[in-house]
Amino acid sequence: MAEANRAAKKGKTFSVKTMPGFTTVAMICFIVLYAPIVTLVIYSFNAGNSIAFWEGFSIRWYFIALENTVVQEAALRSLIIATAAAAIASTVATMAAIATTRTRPFRGRTAIYLMINQPLMVPEIVTAVALLIFFASIKVATGYTGLGYLIIAHAAFCVPFAYLPIRARLESMDSTLEAAAADLYATPWQAFRRITLPLLAPGIIAGAMLAFVISLDDVIITEFVKSAGQDTLPTYMLGQLRRAITPEVNAISTALLVLTLVLLSVFFVLTRDRRANPD
Amino acid sequence: MAAADTNTPAISSHEARVNTQRVRRNWLLSLPAICLLLIGASGPLLIVLIYSFLEPGDYGGVTWKPTLDAWFKIFFRVDIFDETVHLADAHLSIFWRSVKLSLLTTLITFAFGFPTAYFIATRSKRQRAAWLFLITIPFWTNLLIRTFAIMEVIRNEGIVNTLAIKFGFIDTPIQMLYTEGAVLLGMAYVYLPLMVLPLYASIERFDFRLLEAGYDLYANRWQVFRRIVLPLVSPGIVAGSILVFVPSLGAYVTPRVLGGGRKMMIGNFIELQFGQGQNWPLGAALSMLLLIVVAVALLFYVRAISGERSHG
Repeated sequence: MAEANRAAKKGKTFSVKTMPGFTTVAMICFIVLYAPIVTLVIYSFNAGNSIAFWEGFSIRWYFIALENTVVQEAALRSLIIATAAAAIASTVATMAAIATTRTRPFRGRTAIYLMINQPLMVPEIVTAVALLIFFASIKVATGYTGLGYLIIAHAAFCVPFAYLPIRARLESMDSTLEAAAADLYATPWQAFRRITLPLLAPGIIAGAMLAFVISLDDVIITEFVKSAGQDTLPTYMLGQLRRAITPEVNAISTALLVLTLVLLSVFFVLTRDRRANPD
Repeated sequence: MAAADTNTPAISSHEARVNTQRVRRNWLLSLPAICLLLIGASGPLLIVLIYSFLEPGDYGGVTWKPTLDAWFKIFFRVDIFDETVHLADAHLSIFWRSVKLSLLTTLITFAFGFPTAYFIATRSKRQRAAWLFLITIPFWTNLLIRTFAIMEVIRNEGIVNTLAIKFGFIDTPIQMLYTEGAVLLGMAYVYLPLMVLPLYASIERFDFRLLEAGYDLYANRWQVFRRIVLPLVSPGIVAGSILVFVPSLGAYVTPRVLGGGRKMMIGNFIELQFGQGQNWPLGAALSMLLLIVVAVALLFYVRAISGERSHG
């Protein structure tokens, strides 16, 4: 116990688990992770035009952002797309999760898994380029240039994020209740509607929230798929890069951050419940 | 199923029917998801593959003549005058930068991520959840916002330069934005959680009694770390490294914002081919190349993960 003796000589207690310097590096990591975000949030409350000089507290940039019609439209568009994409993704993901969980392996199940997780594996820029080509030809052929393309694209890459919590919830669910329902002459649909769905609901909501957050965050695919004048909040912010940056961008970022945080907290509460009292 | 039929005909024909019904039900239930992903993700990739074997159109787009030209152009260029073949230096330097920055990002995130994951894994159960939550929040927050945050900190009028000038360390702002270093910093910053989470999963399962055994056998800290900890958590290291390397290689937003178009990576180079009426087949071939590299990396990832399961 050479190390222990050395530690004892220095008058410290020897801990088996500790590695020298690790705690310091970890603390640096946490500070570095949060410092830029905190700075960004702080400067959204700057009274001046700068993101470096502090000229007093004010929420005027929030009002400027709110009154900017371009920002209003982009925010509304972001919310519409995220809501639609989350609804579609969580619906199809729920069906797929029921098909692939708590069932004996069947031919093609791995293929379905791969398919569902595909958006996690393919680099986003590649998917973005592929969708650009594909949707561009459809736009030419049909003349339709609405939000539908963005909603389909978002719904597609949200599927794996919606699928994971739903599947996790299903796997932890007790199947005897459904068996009991079947014994009591419930039709499969009744058993699903009255037993499975209510039990599964927290998983579905959690999945939908994750999908919503992921859709809200997307830049690359949106940037490539959108038609003219279809900016979402992130692509609007990316477009602002070419101009002088004012705390308005910080204000929008902060608003998005808060929204994400709220949704994530709800997500964590929903998924933690599962572990606390497994049904 | 056919085999089951021959064994016990009376029961198994019924069983087989139920089984077929079950499989059909499962496929039907998965169908909407499959259709959605075929339209919105996988199917279009096939078009990209086809485009990579076509000739470029005059104003962007393609002409439907099969050729390997785009794949050839990824690495080589033909001199206009004497038609000699040269390596495409401009392309190679972009590939080199992409690979170099991705590897460095992986190294940096490992150097910072490992102690962090170790720190979290050695906390009490209650504390662990809180520390993990702190790592997860940035992971789920908008990548663009995090990149913006880095940009605001390091730009010429940003807080670092302003403070340094104020306190007299420097007279003129240091140009940090739009350099390779900025891209590297940004990528390490945004992908750090992707390194910490799998490392944590690995270290958390580590049996710390092994360390005691090591110390009992007169190993010093470095030996214990090098000979016991590292080998046993290596699946987590491989997993974390690939999870960081893959998105780094395909990064688009971070190099665009922090590299400012000057320090292009392969993702930005692909966009360029489609952006301004350029060479679509070349862009398609580059996309496929990126996809192949990522697929190979992910195969290693799957192997690392399954190795993890079998030893844990």
